[in-house]
Amino acid sequence: MAERISTMHEKDMQKETSRQKVVGVIVMVLLYAFLITMALIVLFPFYWMINSSLKTLEEYRMSVPTFWPKQIMLTNYATAFQTASLGRLFLNTLYVGIVSTILSLVITILSAFAFARLEFKGKDLLFAGLLATMMIPGELFTITNYSTVTNLGWLNTYTVLIVPFLVSVFYIYLLRQNFMQIPNELYLAAKVDGTSDFKYLCKVMIPLSLPTLISITILKMMGAWNSYIWPRLVANDANHRMITNGLRNAFKETSGDVNYPVQMAAVAMVSAPLFLVFVFLRKYIMKGVSRSGIKG
Amino acid sequence: MSSSMVESKHPWKAWLYLAPAIVLLLVFTVWPIFNTVRMAFLENYSGLKAAGGMKFQFGFGNFEKVVQYKRFIQCMKNTVLLCIFTVPISTILALLIAVCLNSIKTLQKFLQTIFFLPYVTNSIAIGMVFAAMFNIVGSFYGTENEIIVTAGIINNVIEFFGGKPINWINYGSTYAANMTVMVIYIVWNALPFKILILLGGLQSINKQYYDAAKVDGTSRRRIFTRITVPLLSPMIAYVVITGFIGGFKEYTSIVGIFGESMGPADDAKRLNTMVGFIYDALSSNSQGRASAAALILFGIILVVTLINLQVSKKRVHY
Repeated sequence: MAERISTMHEKDMQKETSRQKVVGVIVMVLLYAFLITMALIVLFPFYWMINSSLKTLEEYRMSVPTFWPKQIMLTNYATAFQTASLGRLFLNTLYVGIVSTILSLVITILSAFAFARLEFKGKDLLFAGLLATMMIPGELFTITNYSTVTNLGWLNTYTVLIVPFLVSVFYIYLLRQNFMQIPNELYLAAKVDGTSDFKYLCKVMIPLSLPTLISITILKMMGAWNSYIWPRLVANDANHRMITNGLRNAFKETSGDVNYPVQMAAVAMVSAPLFLVFVFLRKYIMKGVSRSGIKG
Repeated sequence: MSSSMVESKHPWKAWLYLAPAIVLLLVFTVWPIFNTVRMAFLENYSGLKAAGGMKFQFGFGNFEKVVQYKRFIQCMKNTVLLCIFTVPISTILALLIAVCLNSIKTLQKFLQTIFFLPYVTNSIAIGMVFAAMFNIVGSFYGTENEIIVTAGIINNVIEFFGGKPINWINYGSTYAANMTVMVIYIVWNALPFKILILLGGLQSINKQYYDAAKVDGTSRRRIFTRITVPLLSPMIAYVVITGFIGGFKEYTSIVGIFGESMGPADDAKRLNTMVGFIYDALSSNSQGRASAAALILFGIILVVTLINLQVSKKRVHY
């Protein structure tokens, strides 16, 4: 390559650079055109959801679609809220999400601390064993867990929605990595001062790992919000139903002549909290997700 | 000084910290592994009958029955087809978007945020939006008196470009049309994670490689195939492997679009997947068959992952 440049005349080189500039501009235009087109495709379903949710049924059913409602029908939202009894579903999901997040954080912190700082026989073996369970598809556990919770008499309770998923090997792994980055000297110094392990954990390690803990909290809450299969199996009664199941139950028909504006209003309301979390806590979600590869 | 010695004298303290996690893992993770394998090898095992005191014989009957089921073969076909289409399409598209995002400055953060947006959605809820977009409102399909009230926005767009509307998901729709909708939805859903990982990988590539290539006057294509792709290969391997694992566990995205019937109105269960088969067997109290199907699924995922790892061993530059 270097040879080629040295044999080129100066004039050729100038031509070459101006040609490169033109090519560069064209490439940039194409890049932006591609990216913006893809972004619009990605956004379109959200726009269509909001657009449809504000229309009257008559307008929605017109053979020529309108890209903004002629008459804004906020009543669709009220109708949807009542039809799906979203209020109860929101509260159920919030309760399950909050309780399971708190308990899960406590368990995760305690185990991650043991794996990161304490010495005991078989530590590495146990940790490797835990990681190995992450390879197994969840359905394999679900089959037996369904029998277990039935035998425990937990069907149609909040307990059944919370307890089986409290321990996440992945979260333990994530937090352990974080704990291990905290210098050992700090721990030894605290030991010299006579600080107990538990106090050290609360006063030093937890504050230093706050970003990871926030990531776990968000992912756990999102998990509760989006869970569908397990709740349908074990707690699909009106008192304990979760939001996703409630949405699917209330609007069973997806194709044919259904009242889409109301359905889309319900979908928009179910999606809204997720968007709020996204807008304000995007950084933590992206950080957690890029290390996990799991949804929720 | 004595306090630091106390720790090593009391190794039981570590177990105290671990106790809650271990108890829960024993009940909800370790026991299920053994029990599910046990149920898979007990012929016609049913939880209901077992509670009634019935005994079951050891054997491979559940596996034989499962693979002979036409429904199971259909589920497997659907799952495999969805994987074969969605994993390469979403990976290539995500790679293109990530590379483009990486080479711009203005709007980069903004566009990156938009591309991540589908990640934080509920796959049932947004599936309903996709269903609305592909749905046709009308009646008497396939008859002379066919009445189409609303063709749906996707069909409107097709008509705008001079095409004929397609029956995507309604009564009488074809398998190919159904699968197309599923592939589009799953790709849309899979993009954000892949873009995030690939862009992260691109941004961690040392700029010196590109500077060196620039000095040598290397062409864009050569830079892409000789520098970007090889240095990004661990990330590509990662998104392909997780893509296959997720693809074989596909289920809720189909419930989102078709509802629990897992197919158009005239052919329920047509789009059922392996996970769907497992849950159907479970809800009809055939734990033996559900367990056998779950083990088959586990086996397939394991084999596909091992193949992927083997391929990436040869191709991936660490």
